Amino acid sequence: MSYFEVKNLTKRFGGLVAVNNISFSVEKGEIFGLIGPNGSGKTTIFNCINRYYSPTGGKIYFKGKRIDKLPTYEICRLGIGRTFQVVKPLRRMTALENVMSGAFLKTSDVAKARDRALEVLDFCGLFRYRHFPAKGLTIADKKRLEIARALATEPELLLLDEVAAGLNPKETEAAMEIIQKIRSSGVTILIVEHVMKVIMGISDRIMAINFGKEIARGTPQEIVNNEEVIKAYLGESYAQGK
Amino acid sequence: MLKKFWFLSIIIVIAIILPLIVQSSYYRHIFILILIWGALGVAWNLLGGYTGQVSFGHAAFFGVGAYGAGLLAFHLHISPWWGMIVGPVAAVIVSIPIGLICFRLRGPYFALAMLAVGEICRLVFTQWVSFTNGAMGILTLTTFSSKLPYYYIGLAILSFSVYTVYRLMNSRAGYYFVSIREDQDAAESLGIPTTKYKMYSLIPSAFFSGLAGAFYMNYMNYIEPSVVFSLPDVSIMIILVVILGGVATLWGPVVGAIIFVVLSELLRSSLGPAHLLVFGVIVCLVIMYMPNGIMGEVDRIKKLLQRKGARIGSEIT
Repeated sequence: MSYFEVKNLTKRFGGLVAVNNISFSVEKGEIFGLIGPNGSGKTTIFNCINRYYSPTGGKIYFKGKRIDKLPTYEICRLGIGRTFQVVKPLRRMTALENVMSGAFLKTSDVAKARDRALEVLDFCGLFRYRHFPAKGLTIADKKRLEIARALATEPELLLLDEVAAGLNPKETEAAMEIIQKIRSSGVTILIVEHVMKVIMGISDRIMAINFGKEIARGTPQEIVNNEEVIKAYLGESYAQGK
Repeated sequence: MLKKFWFLSIIIVIAIILPLIVQSSYYRHIFILILIWGALGVAWNLLGGYTGQVSFGHAAFFGVGAYGAGLLAFHLHISPWWGMIVGPVAAVIVSIPIGLICFRLRGPYFALAMLAVGEICRLVFTQWVSFTNGAMGILTLTTFSSKLPYYYIGLAILSFSVYTVYRLMNSRAGYYFVSIREDQDAAESLGIPTTKYKMYSLIPSAFFSGLAGAFYMNYMNYIEPSVVFSLPDVSIMIILVVILGGVATLWGPVVGAIIFVVLSELLRSSLGPAHLLVFGVIVCLVIMYMPNGIMGEVDRIKKLLQRKGARIGSEIT
């Protein structure tokens, strides 16, 4: 069995099938990318994995354990961290306190949590903003804070939801650098991203979805040349080379 | 840190010697009311301020605590001081099912459920005459003729509640409480079992509200449902007191209680029941110009200075 496995995942909202029978697996140490046009169901998959939504059907396994019936906090406790596409900073807490709230998962000692949080803030390049209230940070820093907070829970598998969306080229570079650093520290990463430079640059394997269904899977190179993917992103005429 | 320590020491010393200097039993009575309101405010603030679970019915816990003490004396003819244990425990027992049901839900359910529970308690304690003596209330005998022992018991209760909240807020639980208030989804995704931690906040809050109620019974020696379970005079008033003093600050509820009690006493003789209007206007002004309450703004100024310090520090390194 794979390290992390999603089997026949389906999520329906009333008549709308947001995720339709999706299956994939992620190996330990891998960066697995998930792409698709707006509204194709990428974030819904994430929300099903960490049980922000309950899946309508299908099974999810992490390290051989079935997790699709567990509550959200339990999934984090098992070692799956996540960031939110629409950032959810703990607004009136400082950056440090935000990250400490994550660090408390592994320790109940305030001083230890603080040390750990400072380490993570430094790792993510937020150290100098540690005493700033989270609501005052720029969007780029809020996205970093999302990553820092998730990292503080010391996840084995990290779900990154569009951490580079809305960032300028320089900030995007910095975000990629952080993701690479996280990977080299031994964390497996599942990433949803719109910014092609990011996802093509760092993913080992990519799955493309549209209307909740898988349309292609393979290495970044295979994906960019895939006709279905081009069709989904640019329309029929481009795919046919007109 | 050292400055804080001295400041706190001075306040404690003043609190201890104040009733010895002020001999008038009327002034001492006012001090005791401040202590009761302060303890109730601190209790409400733990749940409503720090954890963000606003309760519109803390009178339920206050009243159950008071009746816990009163009924003990009424039925069993033992000292109502035993109620200082029974009252808070009874309040906690009332709180547990409410929390277990409402904290699973999102939205204003808890606030509304508490509103209902407060009113249900008032009606039940009014109507169930055989058990509670109904609207006639419960009368006990005064234990101490001097106000001094009451003052020190009240001070002990307030100190106990402030210290407990201080310890809680400087532990993992405190960080989790504030995380839940700021964003429940983010908190869950960080591995925080939010329902459980809301309970951890509710239980001490109910306990100290009940303790304040039990002490109120012992001090006033008379309670009736329309007083201790009052929606406007207890449940809503305590929210205003905390807003005035500073929501989610350690000393805010105490500061709010001082202003509220002193103001009521000053204006009650001249304005009658209309004195609440003045208090209402002050609360409105505070909400408009100091949205974080009096102590909240003190913190902001301090934080501004700290941040300046931090910025200078980071420039050096």
